Amino acid sequence: MEDKEFSGKVALVTGAANGIGRASAIKLAEKGAKIICSDVNEISGNKTVSEITENGGSAHFIRADVSNQAEVKSLMEQIIKSHNRLDFAFNNAGIGLFDKTIDQCTEEDYDKVMNINSKGVWLCMKYEIPIMLEQQSGCIVNAASQAGLVGGAGLSIYAASKHAVVGFTQSAALEYGAKGIRINCVAPGIIDTQINQPFWDDHPELYEEWKSNVPMKRYGTAEEVAEMVVWLCTKDASFVHGSSMPVDAGMLAR
Amino acid sequence: MTELLKNKVALITGGNSGIGKAISIRAAIEGAKVVIGARDETTGNETVNYILGKGGEASFFKADMSDPKQIDSLFEQTIKKYGEVDLACNNAATGAPTVPIHEIDSDIWNHMMSVNLTAPFLCMKHEIQHMLSKGGGSIVNMSSANGLIGTRGFTTYTANKHGLNGLTKSAALDYADQGIRINAVCPGGVETPMFNQLYGRHSEAWKKARDFHPIKRFGTPESIAGLVTFLWSDASSYVTGSCLSIDGGLTAQ
Repeated sequence: MEDKEFSGKVALVTGAANGIGRASAIKLAEKGAKIICSDVNEISGNKTVSEITENGGSAHFIRADVSNQAEVKSLMEQIIKSHNRLDFAFNNAGIGLFDKTIDQCTEEDYDKVMNINSKGVWLCMKYEIPIMLEQQSGCIVNAASQAGLVGGAGLSIYAASKHAVVGFTQSAALEYGAKGIRINCVAPGIIDTQINQPFWDDHPELYEEWKSNVPMKRYGTAEEVAEMVVWLCTKDASFVHGSSMPVDAGMLAR
Repeated sequence: MTELLKNKVALITGGNSGIGKAISIRAAIEGAKVVIGARDETTGNETVNYILGKGGEASFFKADMSDPKQIDSLFEQTIKKYGEVDLACNNAATGAPTVPIHEIDSDIWNHMMSVNLTAPFLCMKHEIQHMLSKGGGSIVNMSSANGLIGTRGFTTYTANKHGLNGLTKSAALDYADQGIRINAVCPGGVETPMFNQLYGRHSEAWKKARDFHPIKRFGTPESIAGLVTFLWSDASSYVTGSCLSIDGGLTAQ
């Protein structure tokens, strides 16, 4: 349903090829925003774009690896060139690592997860914020996680990378709150998306076991997280700033 | 009128003034049948009449939150008139004495506990019972940034609101798989008429309080109503047991 708050506004979604990013891009487009879908996966990223445009929305794909400074800088330059503004940014690109204890993790694991999940969010904000400062308005939503607020066995590097996202969100909120930019993060619980698939493939027996541990006895959907992302971009959220918004069926309440 | 909360019965305690009034009006705009439970009949009826004048549906039932019998009666009247409670915002609260703990009179402590913590507990008992019989519902407890952090001179209020967050989290776990979602909203400073009266709008104290929020402004009652509406709606179907900050960055620092 088109919403005049969003129509004509420009939204960037990183990690838009799949899962929560894809669902958020689609929902923002339904509201009337023009979407820039970014991802390292061109084929799936373009599928999200097609899905949006086939439904009458506006979207295009720009390939960028969020862990690469030159590519993130170029992404923002291309957005300015094509749209000359950036109203909403969902810094969502991330990867999972859910089944290695600290002693099993390699330096390569650490660098990869931290570079994408943590450095990627910092780099995106680094180049989004000057655009938003120039406009004196903007709204950033970062993808944290339940594991950004508590620990998880087998999740240490992932949890560290998501705790960093919370820290970036809170600190950036303090730096730019008085300058018209709102900055928050979402903290999803266990969402049934592709990021988890390799883990479920390796541990099929845990699929039902983990589900029974969720207070709602079900996993979340990408669309349910997308609802929170979109809501954080609305005027109703005008006083929500520096917050970590759980979408977790009560996991963090325990 | 929109259809986000169409035909839902939404009960708002303290829905007659300030943040509560904004929640009542927003609920009506979104299509809910609004029940206001509060002490003050004049402002209660004013808010109801405002909603009726805009083509919405609303009722006022007088209830003092410090009296369990009046809370029972509020729910009896609500069920008698509307047959159900789908959505609730346990919002009524009383303010904080700005004195350190050794100067707090125990009568004041007991009164604040009864209005700010016992009343939400009693309301939740009623609300949950009705929601269980109907197969679901959404409850929002009006907490405060003081449910997450402390503030000098606000000991009793802070204890009340921390208690309310605890109540929210455990109750949410009890009913998470029975279709009832329970969350708390934790606002920073909100510019209500009472707030402006307390501080004196644009006084030095008012400005100092404002600038303590990294966003350098206070919230509006309408923006708090926006979060309550989101938490009531199906858009937040995977959100429960959360104590959500809506404070302009106050608790991020």
